[in-house]
Amino acid sequence: MSTNGLTSWAVDLKDVGAIYPFQGTETVLVIILLVFWIGWHVLQTRAETREFEHDLAADKSGDEQRKAIDRY
Amino acid sequence: MEGNLNALTVVFTEFYYWITVVVMFLIHVGFCMYEVGVSRRRNHMHTLMKNTMVIPLVTVTFYLFGWWIYFGFQGGPGITGGIGDAPFAEPWSALMATHLSGPSPDLGVSGDEAALWSRLNGVFWAAFLLFSWTTASIVSGAVIERIRSGAFWMLAVVIGSFAWIIDAAWGWSSQGWMVKLLGYHDAYASGVVHGIAGGFALGVLIVLGPRLGKFRADGTPRDIPPHNRWLVTIGLFLIYTGFWGFYAACNIPIISPEGIAGQITGETWTATNIYLAPTTLSAITFNFIMSLSGGMMAAYVVSKGDAFWTYSGGLAGIISASAGNDLYHPIQALIIAAVVVVVIYKLHYWVERRFKIDDAVGAVAVHGYAGSLGVIIAGFMLWGQPSSPYEGFATINPLGNFLGAVIMFGLLGFLPGYICARILNAFGILRIPRKVELEGLDFEGDETYNASVAEVIAAEKAMV
Repeated sequence: MSTNGLTSWAVDLKDVGAIYPFQGTETVLVIILLVFWIGWHVLQTRAETREFEHDLAADKSGDEQRKAIDRY
Repeated sequence: MEGNLNALTVVFTEFYYWITVVVMFLIHVGFCMYEVGVSRRRNHMHTLMKNTMVIPLVTVTFYLFGWWIYFGFQGGPGITGGIGDAPFAEPWSALMATHLSGPSPDLGVSGDEAALWSRLNGVFWAAFLLFSWTTASIVSGAVIERIRSGAFWMLAVVIGSFAWIIDAAWGWSSQGWMVKLLGYHDAYASGVVHGIAGGFALGVLIVLGPRLGKFRADGTPRDIPPHNRWLVTIGLFLIYTGFWGFYAACNIPIISPEGIAGQITGETWTATNIYLAPTTLSAITFNFIMSLSGGMMAAYVVSKGDAFWTYSGGLAGIISASAGNDLYHPIQALIIAAVVVVVIYKLHYWVERRFKIDDAVGAVAVHGYAGSLGVIIAGFMLWGQPSSPYEGFATINPLGNFLGAVIMFGLLGFLPGYICARILNAFGILRIPRKVELEGLDFEGDETYNASVAEVIAAEKAMV
Protein backbone atom coordinates (compact mmCIF):
# COMPACT_ATOMS: atom_id res chain seq x y z
CA MET A 1 0.00 0.00 0.00
CA SER A 2 1.22 3.46 -0.83
CA THR A 3 -0.68 6.74 -0.74
CA ASN A 4 0.74 7.78 -4.11
CA GLY A 5 1.00 4.38 -5.83
CA LEU A 6 4.80 4.23 -5.68
CA THR A 7 6.37 1.70 -3.34
CA SER A 8 9.93 2.04 -4.62
CA TRP A 9 11.98 4.30 -6.85
CA ALA A 10 12.94 1.38 -9.13
CA VAL A 11 11.32 3.23 -12.03
CA ASP A 12 12.28 5.18 -15.12
CA LEU A 13 11.35 8.78 -14.27
CA LYS A 14 10.05 9.41 -17.79
CA ASP A 15 7.24 6.95 -17.00
CA VAL A 16 6.25 8.58 -13.69
CA GLY A 17 3.48 11.20 -13.50
CA ALA A 18 1.87 12.71 -10.41
CA ILE A 19 3.48 11.68 -7.12
CA TYR A 20 1.28 13.48 -4.58
CA PRO A 21 -0.75 11.33 -2.18
CA PHE A 22 -4.42 10.43 -2.64
CA GLN A 23 -4.57 11.08 -6.37
CA GLY A 24 -8.15 11.21 -7.62
CA THR A 25 -9.28 13.51 -4.80
CA GLU A 26 -8.39 16.72 -6.64
CA THR A 27 -12.03 17.82 -7.02
CA VAL A 28 -12.66 17.30 -3.32
CA LEU A 29 -9.51 19.27 -2.52
CA VAL A 30 -10.64 22.14 -4.73
CA ILE A 31 -14.05 22.17 -3.02
CA ILE A 32 -12.35 22.25 0.40
CA LEU A 33 -10.19 25.15 -0.78
CA LEU A 34 -13.26 27.03 -2.01
CA VAL A 35 -15.04 26.52 1.31
CA PHE A 36 -11.89 27.57 3.20
CA TRP A 37 -11.56 30.72 1.13
CA ILE A 38 -15.23 31.78 1.36
CA GLY A 39 -15.40 30.75 5.01
CA TRP A 40 -12.42 32.95 5.78
CA HIS A 41 -14.17 36.00 4.32
CA VAL A 42 -17.29 35.27 6.36
CA LEU A 43 -15.35 34.87 9.61
CA GLN A 44 -13.15 37.88 8.92
CA THR A 45 -16.08 40.13 8.09
CA ARG A 46 -17.93 39.14 11.26
CA ALA A 47 -14.83 39.75 13.37
CA GLU A 48 -14.24 43.14 11.75
CA THR A 49 -17.85 44.14 12.36
CA ARG A 50 -17.49 43.22 16.04
CA GLU A 51 -14.31 45.30 16.26
CA PHE A 52 -16.04 48.35 14.77
CA GLU A 53 -19.03 47.90 17.09
CA HIS A 54 -16.60 48.04 20.00
CA ASP A 55 -14.92 51.15 18.52
CA LEU A 56 -18.28 52.87 18.07
CA ALA A 57 -19.37 52.07 21.61
CA ALA A 58 -16.15 53.41 23.13
CA ASP A 59 -14.94 57.02 23.64
CA LYS A 60 -18.30 58.78 23.72
CA SER A 61 -16.58 62.03 24.77
CA GLY A 62 -14.33 62.10 21.71
CA ASP A 63 -11.17 62.61 23.85
CA GLU A 64 -9.45 59.55 22.47
CA GLN A 65 -10.32 60.59 18.92
CA ARG A 66 -8.72 63.99 19.45
CA LYS A 67 -5.61 62.35 20.95
CA ALA A 68 -5.41 59.96 17.98
CA ILE A 69 -5.62 62.90 15.55
CA ASP A 70 -2.90 64.75 17.51
CA ARG A 71 -0.63 61.68 17.27
CA TYR A 72 -1.07 61.83 13.46
CA MET B 1 36.56 17.16 -13.81
CA GLU B 2 35.89 14.86 -16.76
CA GLY B 3 33.56 16.06 -19.48
CA ASN B 4 31.93 19.42 -19.95
CA LEU B 5 28.49 18.22 -18.78
CA ASN B 6 29.85 17.00 -15.46
CA ALA B 7 31.85 20.18 -15.03
CA LEU B 8 28.84 22.33 -15.84
CA THR B 9 26.64 20.37 -13.44
CA VAL B 10 29.10 20.73 -10.58
CA VAL B 11 29.70 24.43 -11.22
CA PHE B 12 25.94 25.06 -11.53
CA THR B 13 25.37 23.21 -8.27
CA GLU B 14 28.12 25.25 -6.62
CA PHE B 15 26.51 28.50 -7.76
CA TYR B 16 23.02 27.28 -6.81
CA TYR B 17 24.03 26.62 -3.19
CA TRP B 18 25.95 29.87 -2.99
CA ILE B 19 22.76 31.76 -3.92
CA THR B 20 20.76 29.85 -1.30
CA VAL B 21 23.29 30.81 1.37
CA VAL B 22 23.02 34.49 0.52
CA VAL B 23 19.22 34.35 0.57
CA MET B 24 19.25 32.46 3.87
CA PHE B 25 21.23 35.28 5.47
CA LEU B 26 17.93 37.16 5.51
CA ILE B 27 16.64 34.69 8.10
CA HIS B 28 19.16 36.13 10.53
CA VAL B 29 18.46 39.73 9.65
CA GLY B 30 14.83 38.87 10.35
CA PHE B 31 15.58 37.11 13.63
CA CYS B 32 17.53 40.12 14.88
CA MET B 33 14.78 42.60 13.95
CA TYR B 34 12.15 40.35 15.42
CA GLU B 35 13.87 39.79 18.76
CA VAL B 36 14.81 43.43 19.21
CA GLY B 37 11.22 44.38 18.36
CA VAL B 38 9.86 42.00 21.00
CA SER B 39 12.30 43.09 23.71
CA ARG B 40 11.81 46.18 25.83
CA ARG B 41 13.88 49.31 25.24
CA ARG B 42 16.22 48.71 28.17
CA ASN B 43 17.32 45.38 26.67
CA HIS B 44 17.74 46.20 22.97
CA MET B 45 21.46 46.03 22.44
CA HIS B 46 22.02 42.92 24.52
CA THR B 47 19.15 41.19 22.74
CA LEU B 48 20.64 42.13 19.38
CA MET B 49 24.14 40.99 20.27
CA LYS B 50 22.94 37.77 21.90
CA ASN B 51 21.50 36.67 18.59
CA THR B 52 24.15 38.22 16.37
CA MET B 53 27.07 36.43 18.04
CA VAL B 54 25.46 33.10 17.21
CA ILE B 55 26.81 33.68 13.72
CA PRO B 56 30.55 33.60 14.44
CA LEU B 57 30.37 31.16 17.35
CA VAL B 58 28.39 28.49 15.56
CA THR B 59 30.47 29.07 12.43
CA VAL B 60 33.75 28.37 14.20
CA THR B 61 32.47 25.24 15.93
CA PHE B 62 30.67 24.00 12.83
CA TYR B 63 33.97 24.28 10.96
CA LEU B 64 35.79 22.44 13.74
CA PHE B 65 33.43 19.51 14.24
CA GLY B 66 29.82 20.13 13.10
CA TRP B 67 30.37 19.40 9.44
CA TRP B 68 32.30 16.22 10.18
CA ILE B 69 29.56 14.98 12.54
CA TYR B 70 27.06 15.08 9.68
CA PHE B 71 29.03 12.46 7.75
CA GLY B 72 30.48 10.61 10.72
CA PHE B 73 27.21 9.89 12.56
CA GLN B 74 24.85 8.76 9.79
CA GLY B 75 25.02 5.14 11.00
CA GLY B 76 24.41 6.16 14.65
CA PRO B 77 27.25 5.20 15.19
CA GLY B 78 26.53 1.62 16.11
CA ILE B 79 23.01 1.33 14.68
CA THR B 80 23.43 0.76 10.95
CA GLY B 81 27.17 1.35 10.80
CA GLY B 82 30.23 2.67 12.58
CA ILE B 83 31.66 6.16 12.52
CA GLY B 84 31.60 7.31 8.91
CA ASP B 85 34.74 8.17 7.02
CA ALA B 86 34.68 11.79 5.81
CA PRO B 87 38.23 13.06 5.26
CA PHE B 88 36.91 15.98 3.19
CA ALA B 89 35.03 17.32 6.26
CA GLU B 90 37.94 17.18 8.70
CA PRO B 91 39.00 20.73 9.61
CA TRP B 92 42.62 20.02 8.71
CA SER B 93 41.74 18.65 5.24
CA ALA B 94 42.98 20.57 2.20
CA LEU B 95 39.43 20.15 0.84
CA MET B 96 38.21 22.44 3.66
CA ALA B 97 40.10 25.22 1.87
CA THR B 98 40.81 26.57 -1.60
CA HIS B 99 41.44 23.55 -3.80
CA LEU B 100 41.16 22.73 -7.50
CA SER B 101 40.84 18.92 -7.13
CA GLY B 102 44.34 17.88 -8.19
CA PRO B 103 46.19 15.07 -6.41
CA SER B 104 48.20 17.10 -3.93
CA PRO B 105 48.34 16.92 -1.02
CA ASP B 106 47.12 13.38 -0.25
CA LEU B 107 43.39 13.95 0.32
CA GLY B 108 42.32 10.45 1.30
CA VAL B 109 39.51 10.49 -1.27
CA SER B 110 39.13 9.27 -4.87
CA GLY B 111 39.71 11.54 -7.83
CA ASP B 112 35.95 11.77 -8.49
CA GLU B 113 35.27 12.72 -4.87
CA ALA B 114 38.05 15.29 -4.96
CA ALA B 115 36.52 16.79 -8.11
CA LEU B 116 33.16 17.03 -6.38
CA TRP B 117 34.20 18.21 -2.92
CA SER B 118 36.79 20.70 -4.09
CA ARG B 119 33.94 22.67 -5.68
CA LEU B 120 31.04 21.88 -3.40
CA ASN B 121 32.49 21.53 0.09
CA GLY B 122 32.38 25.22 0.96
CA VAL B 123 28.86 25.85 -0.31
CA PHE B 124 27.43 22.64 1.20
CA TRP B 125 29.14 23.47 4.50
CA ALA B 126 27.74 26.99 4.42
CA ALA B 127 24.21 25.83 3.57
CA PHE B 128 24.20 23.47 6.53
CA LEU B 129 25.82 26.14 8.66
CA LEU B 130 22.98 28.55 7.94
CA PHE B 131 20.57 25.86 9.19
CA SER B 132 22.76 25.61 12.30
CA TRP B 133 22.49 29.32 12.99
CA THR B 134 18.72 29.00 12.56
CA THR B 135 18.36 26.30 15.21
CA ALA B 136 20.25 28.48 17.68
CA SER B 137 18.35 31.65 16.73
CA ILE B 138 15.02 29.91 17.25
CA VAL B 139 16.04 29.23 20.86
CA SER B 140 17.38 32.78 21.23
CA GLY B 141 13.98 34.43 20.89
CA ALA B 142 12.30 32.29 23.53
CA VAL B 143 14.74 33.20 26.30
CA ILE B 144 15.17 36.96 25.83
CA GLU B 145 15.48 39.52 28.60
CA ARG B 146 16.64 37.18 31.37
CA ILE B 147 19.24 34.71 30.08
CA ARG B 148 22.93 35.56 30.35
CA SER B 149 24.41 35.99 26.89
CA GLY B 150 27.40 33.81 27.80
CA ALA B 151 25.11 30.96 28.81
CA PHE B 152 23.05 31.32 25.66
CA TRP B 153 26.12 31.23 23.45
CA MET B 154 27.22 27.93 25.02
CA LEU B 155 23.72 26.56 24.46
CA ALA B 156 23.84 27.87 20.88
CA VAL B 157 26.96 25.80 20.20
CA VAL B 158 25.33 22.71 21.74
CA ILE B 159 22.28 22.89 19.49
CA GLY B 160 23.86 24.58 16.45
CA SER B 161 27.03 22.57 16.06
CA PHE B 162 26.18 19.36 17.87
CA ALA B 163 22.57 18.29 18.60
CA TRP B 164 20.91 19.42 15.38
CA ILE B 165 23.67 18.09 13.13
CA ILE B 166 23.37 14.68 14.79
CA ASP B 167 19.66 14.68 13.99
CA ALA B 168 20.48 15.73 10.42
CA ALA B 169 22.94 12.85 10.13
CA TRP B 170 20.33 10.43 11.48
CA GLY B 171 17.19 11.61 9.73
CA TRP B 172 18.16 14.08 7.04
CA SER B 173 20.81 12.37 4.94
CA SER B 174 20.68 9.81 2.21
CA GLN B 175 22.23 7.11 4.43
CA GLY B 176 20.87 8.12 7.86
CA TRP B 177 19.86 5.24 10.11
CA MET B 178 16.44 6.75 10.81
CA VAL B 179 15.71 6.86 7.09
CA LYS B 180 16.92 3.30 6.60
CA LEU B 181 15.24 1.66 9.58
CA LEU B 182 12.27 3.89 10.37
CA GLY B 183 11.44 5.20 6.90
CA TYR B 184 11.71 8.68 8.44
CA HIS B 185 10.73 11.40 5.98
CA ASP B 186 11.20 15.09 6.76
CA ALA B 187 12.25 16.70 3.49
CA TYR B 188 12.25 20.38 4.53
CA ALA B 189 13.13 19.83 8.16
CA SER B 190 9.88 20.16 10.15
CA GLY B 191 11.44 18.06 12.87
CA VAL B 192 15.10 18.16 11.92
CA VAL B 193 15.43 21.94 12.34
CA HIS B 194 12.21 23.19 13.94
CA GLY B 195 11.11 20.30 16.15
CA ILE B 196 14.53 19.99 17.75
CA ALA B 197 14.93 23.75 18.26
CA GLY B 198 11.48 24.02 19.84
CA GLY B 199 12.20 21.06 22.13
CA PHE B 200 15.58 22.51 23.10
CA ALA B 201 13.99 25.89 23.85
CA LEU B 202 11.36 24.24 26.07
CA GLY B 203 14.05 22.38 28.02
CA VAL B 204 15.94 25.63 28.63
CA LEU B 205 12.79 27.60 29.50
CA ILE B 206 11.76 25.17 32.22
CA VAL B 207 15.06 25.72 34.04
CA LEU B 208 15.38 29.42 33.21
CA GLY B 209 11.94 30.46 34.42
CA PRO B 210 9.71 33.32 33.28
CA ARG B 211 10.59 37.01 32.99
CA LEU B 212 9.89 39.02 36.15
CA GLY B 213 6.31 40.20 36.06
CA LYS B 214 5.15 37.67 33.49
CA PHE B 215 2.77 36.01 35.93
CA ARG B 216 0.41 37.64 38.41
CA ALA B 217 0.33 36.60 42.05
CA ASP B 218 -2.55 34.23 41.27
CA GLY B 219 -0.46 32.55 38.56
CA THR B 220 -2.33 33.88 35.54
CA PRO B 221 -0.11 35.23 32.76
CA ARG B 222 0.31 38.87 31.78
CA ASP B 223 0.88 39.85 28.18
CA ILE B 224 4.27 41.58 27.84
CA PRO B 225 3.75 43.46 24.58
CA PRO B 226 6.60 43.98 22.09
CA HIS B 227 8.01 47.52 22.23
CA ASN B 228 7.82 47.71 18.42
CA ARG B 229 5.17 45.58 16.75
CA TRP B 230 6.05 46.88 13.30
CA LEU B 231 9.68 45.78 13.61
CA VAL B 232 8.58 42.33 14.79
CA THR B 233 6.39 41.75 11.76
CA ILE B 234 8.97 42.96 9.26
CA GLY B 235 11.47 40.68 10.94
CA LEU B 236 9.12 37.76 10.37
CA PHE B 237 8.63 38.87 6.77
CA LEU B 238 12.38 38.67 6.26
CA ILE B 239 12.44 35.22 7.84
CA TYR B 240 9.87 34.12 5.23
CA THR B 241 12.16 35.44 2.52
CA GLY B 242 15.16 33.59 3.86
CA PHE B 243 13.02 30.48 4.22
CA TRP B 244 12.80 30.38 0.41
CA GLY B 245 16.55 30.00 0.28
CA PHE B 246 16.33 27.30 2.91
CA TYR B 247 13.85 25.32 0.80
CA ALA B 248 16.06 25.55 -2.27
CA ALA B 249 19.09 24.58 -0.19
CA CYS B 250 17.34 21.38 0.90
CA ASN B 251 17.28 20.18 -2.71
CA ILE B 252 19.95 18.76 -4.97
CA PRO B 253 19.27 20.96 -8.04
CA ILE B 254 20.23 18.52 -10.78
CA ILE B 255 21.50 14.96 -10.78
CA SER B 256 21.37 11.96 -13.10
CA PRO B 257 20.10 8.49 -12.14
CA GLU B 258 23.69 7.37 -12.54
CA GLY B 259 24.80 10.06 -10.12
CA ILE B 260 22.23 8.92 -7.55
CA ALA B 261 23.38 5.32 -8.08
CA GLY B 262 20.21 3.91 -6.57
CA GLN B 263 17.23 2.06 -8.00
CA ILE B 264 16.10 4.72 -10.48
CA THR B 265 16.50 3.56 -14.07
CA GLY B 266 16.58 5.48 -17.36
CA GLU B 267 18.38 8.68 -18.22
CA THR B 268 16.05 11.41 -16.95
CA TRP B 269 17.91 13.97 -14.82
CA THR B 270 16.03 15.44 -11.91
CA ALA B 271 16.12 17.62 -8.84
CA THR B 272 15.92 15.64 -5.61
CA ASN B 273 15.28 16.15 -1.93
CA ILE B 274 18.02 15.61 0.68
CA TYR B 275 17.40 11.84 0.50
CA LEU B 276 18.18 11.93 -3.26
CA ALA B 277 14.55 11.03 -4.04
CA PRO B 278 13.03 12.95 -6.97
CA THR B 279 11.06 16.16 -6.55
CA THR B 280 10.93 19.49 -8.39
CA LEU B 281 11.55 23.11 -7.47
CA SER B 282 8.11 23.78 -8.90
CA ALA B 283 6.49 21.35 -6.46
CA ILE B 284 8.12 22.89 -3.42
CA THR B 285 7.29 26.39 -4.65
CA PHE B 286 3.59 25.51 -4.92
CA ASN B 287 3.63 23.96 -1.48
CA PHE B 288 5.71 26.64 0.24
CA ILE B 289 3.31 29.39 -0.81
CA MET B 290 0.14 27.41 -0.20
CA SER B 291 1.22 26.32 3.29
CA LEU B 292 2.26 29.90 4.08
CA SER B 293 -1.17 31.08 2.96
CA GLY B 294 -3.06 28.41 4.89
CA GLY B 295 -1.09 29.25 8.02
CA MET B 296 -1.62 33.01 7.70
CA MET B 297 -5.35 32.75 7.02
CA ALA B 298 -5.95 30.38 9.91
CA ALA B 299 -3.79 32.42 12.28
CA TYR B 300 -5.52 35.67 11.33
CA VAL B 301 -8.90 34.22 12.24
CA VAL B 302 -7.88 32.35 15.38
CA SER B 303 -5.85 35.28 16.75
CA LYS B 304 -8.52 37.84 15.78
CA GLY B 305 -6.27 39.66 13.37
CA ASP B 306 -3.22 39.90 15.64
CA ALA B 307 -0.28 40.83 13.41
CA PHE B 308 2.35 38.94 15.41
CA TRP B 309 0.40 35.70 15.36
CA THR B 310 -0.68 36.10 11.73
CA TYR B 311 2.95 36.33 10.64
CA SER B 312 4.00 33.60 13.05
CA GLY B 313 1.12 31.49 11.76
CA GLY B 314 2.45 31.82 8.23
CA LEU B 315 5.80 30.56 9.44
CA ALA B 316 4.22 27.74 11.46
CA GLY B 317 2.11 26.83 8.43
CA ILE B 318 5.18 26.31 6.28
CA ILE B 319 6.95 24.45 9.08
CA SER B 320 4.00 22.10 9.60
CA ALA B 321 3.88 21.08 5.93
CA SER B 322 7.64 21.04 5.37
CA ALA B 323 8.14 17.37 6.23
CA GLY B 324 6.16 16.37 3.14
CA ASN B 325 6.29 19.46 0.96
CA ASP B 326 8.33 17.59 -1.66
CA LEU B 327 5.36 15.28 -2.25
CA TYR B 328 2.12 16.92 -1.08
CA HIS B 329 -0.53 18.39 -3.33
CA PRO B 330 -0.58 22.17 -2.73
CA ILE B 331 -4.10 22.09 -1.29
CA GLN B 332 -3.08 19.30 1.08
CA ALA B 333 -0.18 21.49 2.21
CA LEU B 334 -2.59 24.38 2.82
CA ILE B 335 -5.04 22.26 4.82
CA ILE B 336 -2.27 20.79 7.00
CA ALA B 337 -0.90 24.28 7.65
CA ALA B 338 -4.29 25.73 8.57
CA VAL B 339 -5.20 22.92 10.97
CA VAL B 340 -1.81 22.79 12.67
CA VAL B 341 -1.68 26.55 13.17
CA VAL B 342 -4.98 26.55 15.07
CA VAL B 343 -3.73 23.68 17.25
CA ILE B 344 -0.36 25.24 18.08
CA TYR B 345 -1.91 28.65 18.84
CA LYS B 346 -4.23 27.05 21.40
CA LEU B 347 -1.43 24.83 22.72
CA HIS B 348 0.90 27.81 23.26
CA TYR B 349 -1.53 29.56 25.60
CA TRP B 350 -2.56 26.34 27.33
CA VAL B 351 1.07 25.45 28.12
CA GLU B 352 1.71 29.03 29.27
CA ARG B 353 -1.22 28.93 31.69
CA ARG B 354 -0.82 25.35 32.86
CA PHE B 355 2.97 25.10 33.25
CA LYS B 356 3.92 28.79 33.66
CA ILE B 357 6.26 28.68 30.67
CA ASP B 358 7.24 32.14 29.42
CA ASP B 359 8.15 31.70 25.77
CA ALA B 360 8.60 35.34 24.74
CA VAL B 361 8.15 34.76 21.00
CA GLY B 362 6.11 31.56 20.85
CA ALA B 363 9.13 29.66 19.49
CA VAL B 364 8.22 26.37 21.14
CA ALA B 365 4.79 26.48 19.51
CA VAL B 366 5.72 27.87 16.10
CA HIS B 367 8.77 25.65 15.67
CA GLY B 368 8.53 22.81 18.16
CA TYR B 369 4.85 21.90 18.15
CA ALA B 370 4.24 22.77 14.49
CA GLY B 371 7.37 20.92 13.36
CA SER B 372 6.63 17.81 15.39
CA LEU B 373 2.98 17.69 14.34
CA GLY B 374 4.10 18.17 10.74
CA VAL B 375 6.41 15.15 10.96
CA ILE B 376 3.65 12.99 12.46
CA ILE B 377 1.11 14.06 9.82
CA ALA B 378 3.61 13.32 7.02
CA GLY B 379 3.88 9.75 8.30
CA PHE B 380 0.17 9.25 7.62
CA MET B 381 -0.07 11.30 4.43
CA LEU B 382 2.90 9.60 2.75
CA TRP B 383 2.31 6.11 4.19
CA GLY B 384 3.88 3.40 2.05
CA GLN B 385 5.83 5.73 -0.23
CA PRO B 386 9.57 5.07 -0.66
CA SER B 387 11.73 7.07 1.75
CA SER B 388 14.81 6.66 -0.41
CA PRO B 389 15.90 5.75 -3.94
CA TYR B 390 18.12 3.03 -2.47
CA GLU B 391 17.16 -0.59 -1.97
CA GLY B 392 16.45 -1.97 1.48
CA PHE B 393 15.17 1.23 3.09
CA ALA B 394 11.92 1.18 5.09
CA THR B 395 9.00 2.93 3.42
CA ILE B 396 7.49 6.04 4.99
CA ASN B 397 5.06 5.11 7.77
CA PRO B 398 3.23 6.72 10.72
CA LEU B 399 5.15 4.89 13.45
CA GLY B 400 8.54 5.73 11.94
CA ASN B 401 7.70 9.41 11.67
CA PHE B 402 6.12 9.46 15.16
CA LEU B 403 9.30 7.97 16.63
CA GLY B 404 11.26 10.44 14.56
CA ALA B 405 9.28 13.35 16.01
CA VAL B 406 9.96 12.06 19.53
CA ILE B 407 13.69 11.71 18.79
CA MET B 408 13.89 15.21 17.31
CA PHE B 409 11.78 17.10 19.87
CA GLY B 410 12.52 14.98 22.92
CA LEU B 411 15.78 13.06 22.72
CA LEU B 412 17.92 15.51 20.74
CA GLY B 413 16.03 18.71 21.55
CA PHE B 414 14.39 18.86 24.97
CA LEU B 415 16.84 16.60 26.83
CA PRO B 416 20.12 18.34 25.89
CA GLY B 417 18.48 21.74 26.40
CA TYR B 418 17.22 20.82 29.87
CA ILE B 419 20.45 19.12 30.98
CA CYS B 420 22.74 21.89 29.72
CA ALA B 421 20.53 24.55 31.31
CA ARG B 422 20.61 22.66 34.61
CA ILE B 423 24.41 22.53 34.47
CA LEU B 424 24.71 26.24 33.67
CA ASN B 425 22.23 27.00 36.44
CA ALA B 426 24.23 24.92 38.90
CA PHE B 427 27.26 27.09 38.13
CA GLY B 428 25.11 30.20 38.62
CA ILE B 429 25.68 31.48 35.10
CA LEU B 430 22.30 30.82 33.45
CA ARG B 431 20.16 33.76 34.56
CA ILE B 432 20.94 37.43 35.01
CA PRO B 433 20.62 38.97 38.52
CA ARG B 434 17.17 40.27 39.48
CA LYS B 435 18.39 43.87 39.78
CA VAL B 436 19.90 43.75 36.28
CA GLU B 437 16.67 42.31 34.89
CA LEU B 438 14.70 45.19 36.36
CA GLU B 439 17.08 48.01 35.41
CA GLY B 440 17.71 46.46 32.00
CA LEU B 441 20.57 44.55 30.39
CA ASP B 442 21.73 47.71 28.60
CA PHE B 443 22.10 49.70 31.85
CA GLU B 444 25.86 50.12 31.67
CA GLY B 445 25.90 50.64 27.91
CA ASP B 446 23.12 53.22 28.18
CA GLU B 447 25.01 55.11 30.87
CA THR B 448 28.04 55.41 28.61
CA TYR B 449 25.86 56.26 25.61
CA ASN B 450 23.93 58.94 27.48
CA ALA B 451 27.11 60.46 28.90
CA SER B 452 28.60 60.66 25.40
CA VAL B 453 25.43 62.20 23.99
CA ALA B 454 25.30 64.78 26.79
CA GLU B 455 28.96 65.69 26.32
CA VAL B 456 28.61 66.12 22.54
CA ILE B 457 25.45 68.22 22.94
CA ALA B 458 27.15 70.44 25.51
CA ALA B 459 30.24 70.82 23.32
CA GLU B 460 28.22 71.72 20.24
CA LYS B 461 26.03 74.19 22.12
CA ALA B 462 29.20 75.90 23.38
CA MET B 463 30.16 76.49 19.74
CA VAL B 464 26.93 78.38 18.94
